[in-house]
Amino acid sequence: MTLTRRIIPCLDTDGARVVKGVNFVGLRDAGDPSELAARYNTEGADELVVLDIAASRDRRSTFLETIRKVAAELAIPLTAGGGIRTLEEARAVVLAGADKVTVNTAAIDNPDLLSQMAKEFGSQAVVLAIDARRDGKNWRVYARGGRDATELDAVDWAKEGVSRGAGEILLTSMDRDGTLSGFDLPLTAAISTVVRVPVIASGGAKTPQHFLDVFIEGHADAALAASIFHDGVQSIRSLKDFLVARAVEVRLPC
Amino acid sequence: MIVTLVDYGAGNLASVERALERLSAASRRSESPESIERADALLLPGVGHFAALIRGLDERGLREPLCAAIRRGVPFLGICLGLQALYESSEEAPDVRGLNIFEGSVQALPADVKLPHMGWNRVKQLRESSALRGVPDDAYFYFAHSYAARGADPRVVATSCHGVRFAAAVEQENVWALQFHPEKSAATGAAVLHNFLNFAQ
Repeated sequence: MTLTRRIIPCLDTDGARVVKGVNFVGLRDAGDPSELAARYNTEGADELVVLDIAASRDRRSTFLETIRKVAAELAIPLTAGGGIRTLEEARAVVLAGADKVTVNTAAIDNPDLLSQMAKEFGSQAVVLAIDARRDGKNWRVYARGGRDATELDAVDWAKEGVSRGAGEILLTSMDRDGTLSGFDLPLTAAISTVVRVPVIASGGAKTPQHFLDVFIEGHADAALAASIFHDGVQSIRSLKDFLVARAVEVRLPC
Repeated sequence: MIVTLVDYGAGNLASVERALERLSAASRRSESPESIERADALLLPGVGHFAALIRGLDERGLREPLCAAIRRGVPFLGICLGLQALYESSEEAPDVRGLNIFEGSVQALPADVKLPHMGWNRVKQLRESSALRGVPDDAYFYFAHSYAARGADPRVVATSCHGVRFAAAVEQENVWALQFHPEKSAATGAAVLHNFLNFAQ
């Protein structure tokens, strides 16, 4: 008896609409957040992530409204984030109905934000999002939606984030994101095996085999994907059937 | 019948409210001792830190009315930290006095597994219970916690396992407590909430 591996659809939004792009650029419309949320809720998603990838200040209230609408459709956990800078902004996301909040750049600029959030909401509600790209033998952390390279090593940053209060890591491989060539297994394994908290692998998923690989070789606790679910290329149910047939424990809805 | 959600200032009540709404149940938030004294049914949701919950209750003067209502037999449902609060104490905050409805203490989950215990896990039913009536044995529920009630206790009606076996559901007459989140556990979670609403009617 163990925790199941989780399958998590992700809604990247411009605040109001779901959008998609490759390697963080070339965005196009991919649907209505609450319609997609309702669909994934019934199709057996284990939780849902909603990110505001535009994260512009003046659209913040639009994004909070999107969180409220999405939360209303869900009987599964909801993680939300994107551009959150302060404890107050994190609180607004929680009050809008998110169970967990992701922070990325703000935690890099001010790591104490993780501790403040953990103190107020509990570690289980604090998700450290890390965008990482291969750099020699290691992986470098990028800030501001993948635009700015930092001095941080991804493995070290994950460890520090956890020690400061993050209860989960949402790990995106920038090398794989949007490529549909499979998750970054070495990156995922490097982090999942050294931190005590669950790791959600993100970036590059296309086939059921990719998910199997990231659970087995990447030691991921959960795997996230966006467009393959939105476009109906991959159904959550058939993905879970594939994994169950290969002895990976997942939740099959009744 | 209206379910009174105990608002101690730190928990996110919205997902519980939505789950009750989906079951067509009326609920209201309350942080006043008077409304807890008058409640038909009480629900204590909880996420975060043991000390924050207890402090939130004490600052609002809710400890006495809450314990009195529970002892009077008012239907009570504790969720997650709302289960842990019912014990004498928790390892998470050893100096803080719990509600002491159940004897015993809440302990940390072992350090050799990933924490928080976050995600979907099976719930093994030890005996028939009102809380889990109609729910298949070994059904999956959503958990998000690092501490748990681990002691042997005849009130424990279901367990789960993460490094160690722990209480997933505790039931003693009018007092029901769940370590998992029924409000985030899809249809199986809704079935448990439905059982509570039926019981509270």
